[in-house]
Amino acid sequence: MPGKTKKTQLATDLGNGSLLIRGGRIIDPAQNLDAEADILLRDGLVAEVGRVDSAADNTLDARGLVVTPGFIDLHTHLREPGQWQKETIASGTAAAAAGGFTAVCAMPNTAPINDLPAITRWMQEAERGALVHVFPVGAATVGSKGEQLTDYYALVKAGAVAFSDDGRPLAEDRIMREALRAAAAAGVPVMQHAEDMNLTQGGVMTEGPTAFRLGLHGMPVRAESGMVERDLDLAREIGAHLHVCHVSTGAALDAVRLGRQTGVRVTCEVTPHHFTLADEDVIPYDTRFKMNPPLRSAADREAMLRGLEDGTVDAIATDHAPHAPHEKSVEFDRAPFGITGLETALALAITRLHGARGIPLARLVALLSTNPARILGRSDRGTLAPGARADVTIFDPAKRWRYAAALGASRAQNTPFDGWRLTGQVRATLVAGKIVYNNL
Amino acid sequence: MPSRKLVIGAAQTKPCSLLGIEGLEPDEILDYLKLARQMEPVLVRGSNLLKGKRVVLLFYEASTRTRVSFELAAKALGATTTVVTATASSIEKGESLIDTGSTLHALGGDVIVMRHPSSGAHWTLQRALNLPLINAGDGMHEHPSQALLDAFTMLRHKRALRGLRVTLIGDVYHSRVARSNIFLLSKMGAQITLCGPPELVPEAAATLVPAPAGSPAPVRVTRSLRQGLEDADVVMLLRIQKERFIGRRLSFEQYVADYQMNSERLRYAKPDAIVMHPGPMIRGVEITSEIADSPRAVILEQVHNGIVVRMGILARALGKA
Repeated sequence: MPGKTKKTQLATDLGNGSLLIRGGRIIDPAQNLDAEADILLRDGLVAEVGRVDSAADNTLDARGLVVTPGFIDLHTHLREPGQWQKETIASGTAAAAAGGFTAVCAMPNTAPINDLPAITRWMQEAERGALVHVFPVGAATVGSKGEQLTDYYALVKAGAVAFSDDGRPLAEDRIMREALRAAAAAGVPVMQHAEDMNLTQGGVMTEGPTAFRLGLHGMPVRAESGMVERDLDLAREIGAHLHVCHVSTGAALDAVRLGRQTGVRVTCEVTPHHFTLADEDVIPYDTRFKMNPPLRSAADREAMLRGLEDGTVDAIATDHAPHAPHEKSVEFDRAPFGITGLETALALAITRLHGARGIPLARLVALLSTNPARILGRSDRGTLAPGARADVTIFDPAKRWRYAAALGASRAQNTPFDGWRLTGQVRATLVAGKIVYNNL
Repeated sequence: MPSRKLVIGAAQTKPCSLLGIEGLEPDEILDYLKLARQMEPVLVRGSNLLKGKRVVLLFYEASTRTRVSFELAAKALGATTTVVTATASSIEKGESLIDTGSTLHALGGDVIVMRHPSSGAHWTLQRALNLPLINAGDGMHEHPSQALLDAFTMLRHKRALRGLRVTLIGDVYHSRVARSNIFLLSKMGAQITLCGPPELVPEAAATLVPAPAGSPAPVRVTRSLRQGLEDADVVMLLRIQKERFIGRRLSFEQYVADYQMNSERLRYAKPDAIVMHPGPMIRGVEITSEIADSPRAVILEQVHNGIVVRMGILARALGKA
């Protein structure tokens, strides 16, 4: 990757000074804006958009580039506390910055699990060295054991933006009901990793011809769709906001579509790998292709693409799941699930969705920024309207490049996209008006 | 690899691994079968072809016939053998597969014959290790030496593999023997029928080998034993493990009632059909003693043929044939 991360310290308070980004194509779906314009950032906020004549402390030439509100990843594993061999908050957020993300939702399956306000606060302390905003997701139950709810009120007060036991679904109806109720009272969504583990035990890839050929136990489609259907029923009953994580099957997406039509407050995300790859692409026993949910059939991938086109899918989320090399260099069925994704999300979206399918760039910005901000209820983010946070992503939509995981900012390299030729590259990422990634 | 006359000991080949049948060309399969035939007199008189070579038998899973068979094959060619098992080694202490393999390489092993409970373990190891590796069974995936000895045995009784009708009965889902046999037989032009209940023979099994355009699918699935046996030249039974039935809708007793091979049912097959079993065979479950001990059964012959087939595999792996 040309240009390494420039490690600028993120000011925790709103930065001082002003920066003028001149001549870029500003795409901000929240304002229905797609036009060449200048944007002035001052004191950590967006001051002016349009033809700006005011003087600024610094100027940045964005001619030929696209300027958008900063991307927000709804699904990131930063691995801290406790799993620094995989990733740290500093390295994970550096990867986020390199990928154009100005905020990441940090899943709670750390060591210890983020089920206490003290842990939630610790993750956001300046000492962690985060380059972008860290939005902790609180554990839905104590120790993510699915037995007893955590203190939602206290966790939200400490900074939690949602609740999830990601990787360990809330299986019991009673607990899921309680979680939805408590989250609704706290004004945040429940993010459910939908998987009926009774059906997926021992499974390491999607059920189907490829799993059979490789002699690997399969995870059936209905393990995901069945759980989504159950969750939709409970969300309808309670009137809570359900966010379905990493939807991977057409059946689950159909359930979301139907649920929304019948009034359920439901949102969902799809990962770049699920709209790019299918099970038949798995290099035999290459653990860089092992993640959960697994890569599905080509028909399911097509369903993801259609959902991204027609608006059923609200967000692109990475499910960035770094692992240490020694953890992944083992037998396929013994390797942990998960692949990295922060540094390739935009390029895969541009290559596979914009380039190959003609999905407009504005829709991609909605999927990466506008909608994630709305899902989290943050009206001051996901837009470049005056008064919004000065979190900005600048990218070149036509730049062709070759991704090399070893040159990335993440500590981990477990990605099937290593060496891929991609179109669309992040050129700069700004958080609170300050450049945290510079590839200009 | 073009078909050619094979000369044992001519050292005309490079050392090579045998990971699975799926990646082999029909010519390569024929080469292994020819080599096995040439090894028959060698087995009788003994040989020093692999003198000084160290064959490491790395077994993460219990095995009787395969391990002993490889061991005897190596010794018949003058090689030394070392057996490493999961319970009496550093594997128990948590050493990774790749580290174990690298250690055995550093100790001077010339070839590793490995059995492992994880499908694809050999691919994981081979990516990290520049040493010939022979797959003696990986999880539910492949068991190439078994498929080769099965084909060798079939050719002892039948004229050719092309057009041969082979019926596999039993737990195809969990069987590496079934997968390797299906790959091998379809490459050689045989017609394969898989027979059993959906829990053990999923429809996906028929997709293992894509049908060539314009020809009938080389693999078909049937639930009816009678249909499955019709016109069969070879009946191959697969081991049934009682514990696989726990928690499934399928009952063990029902399986035995529907699919056990007895002399009455064998009448559905061709009169000269042979009965094969990769072992270990459980009498009274998938097969009656009456069949197992009948002249139609070639089960012990399979075991015997395993040695010459594995002599050929070892010689080729070490670049000596």
